[in-house]
Amino acid sequence: MPTAEPIARLIEELNRLPSIGPKSAQRLTYYLLRAPANEVAALADAIRNLKEKLVLCSICLNITDSDPCAICRNEERDRTKICIVEEPIDILPLERTKKYKGLYHVLYGVIAPTDGIGPDELKIKELLSRLNDGLVTEVILATNPNLEGETTAMYLQRLIAPLGIRITRLARGLPYGGDLEYADDVTLSRALEGRQEM
Amino acid sequence: MTASRTYQTEAIILKRIKLGEADRILTLYTPELGKLKAVAKGTRRPQSKLGGHVELLTHSRLMLARGRNLDIITQAQTINNFLPIKDDLERISRGLYIAELVDSFTGEHIEDRRLFDLVLATLHQLSQAKDCEPILRYFELHLLDHLGYRPQLQQCTECNSTLKPEANFFSPSHGGVLCHDCGFHEPVARPLSLNALKVLRLWQNCDYAAARRVKINPELATELEQVMREYIKYLLEKQLKSTAWLDKLKRTTQPK
Repeated sequence: MPTAEPIARLIEELNRLPSIGPKSAQRLTYYLLRAPANEVAALADAIRNLKEKLVLCSICLNITDSDPCAICRNEERDRTKICIVEEPIDILPLERTKKYKGLYHVLYGVIAPTDGIGPDELKIKELLSRLNDGLVTEVILATNPNLEGETTAMYLQRLIAPLGIRITRLARGLPYGGDLEYADDVTLSRALEGRQEM
Repeated sequence: MTASRTYQTEAIILKRIKLGEADRILTLYTPELGKLKAVAKGTRRPQSKLGGHVELLTHSRLMLARGRNLDIITQAQTINNFLPIKDDLERISRGLYIAELVDSFTGEHIEDRRLFDLVLATLHQLSQAKDCEPILRYFELHLLDHLGYRPQLQQCTECNSTLKPEANFFSPSHGGVLCHDCGFHEPVARPLSLNALKVLRLWQNCDYAAARRVKINPELATELEQVMREYIKYLLEKQLKSTAWLDKLKRTTQPK
């Protein structure tokens, strides 16, 4: 007996999601089939809202449900600092620290020459036009501490330096809870270079 | 007798792609096993003990466990991290180009110790170089030489006559130089200046130390780059992706 069309279709759709195989898709589908109608409706709503209600903040390009986003709208935040991150998700851990009171800018990627991703594919033009208003005094480069992240940071440094804005990079050193024995030489050299009086 | 479940090898990390939550698939170039792909688990977490030891363009000693599909890296220790490359935008970009070249021209599991040594020597040279371009050209020439695409620079590839000391032509599809007369009738051939020919000949037959002593003006450097780029594009039947970035970088002026 062939599966009813709505069931087959949901299985197919779920199957497209990352790390959901055909078996997991079937299991989820049959779970939803038996779940209370309001629960299913809530899930469907949540999924629809994801695309319908979310927009990019016209200032920092973070994903938001109101433009400008809550961070850019907040009067108490320091408008002279911009922290540059690779992806919207990188803002979350920075916000969790509660140490940073400035604004953000999302690049949506990093320069990855061997994948054919260059500066034109990133939101760099948008960043430069934000810096042109003369209000910003410091740019914090918070791209990931790996080869592509460093490449992007160095390239941005080259673009921003002529504007006379202070450019800083997140410290690169030993992770809290880590172990010196396993630290690689690059991390350790950076940690030594950036050592601080205590 | 079953093969041991783990093995050790040196490797240069050529490429990384993200896998799942925090893992990566690495493309490695090794002296005994040629190119191979392996999984590095958890390397995207800050506390990863593999982390920086398996960063791109790093020369590391690795311990791998045989997996069902891909082998899994269990331990890693850096031999040389080539920090001078990673601290410099110009050098990083050239390093990535070298990695892409090696990845594009090699198949998996084909042992080639001499190529490994060449790549390693090239990264060492790149760490010290002020002008990176001659190093790239030298590497391209010797990589092609090694793979059996050594460009013919002594005789005309069409009529076999010895080349005269004058402007000749270079034809990617002939795999070398065409003399003035033959090249003239070959629409795909590009002009090759006498100086460019001389430099290519010298580089083909010297070591890195000698290659670096050659003084090249910007015009000649551009010509050599174009010749090699066209030849490589012809051989691979595609343009390497990182060339776009190299071009972009050249157009971005350095802050003084």
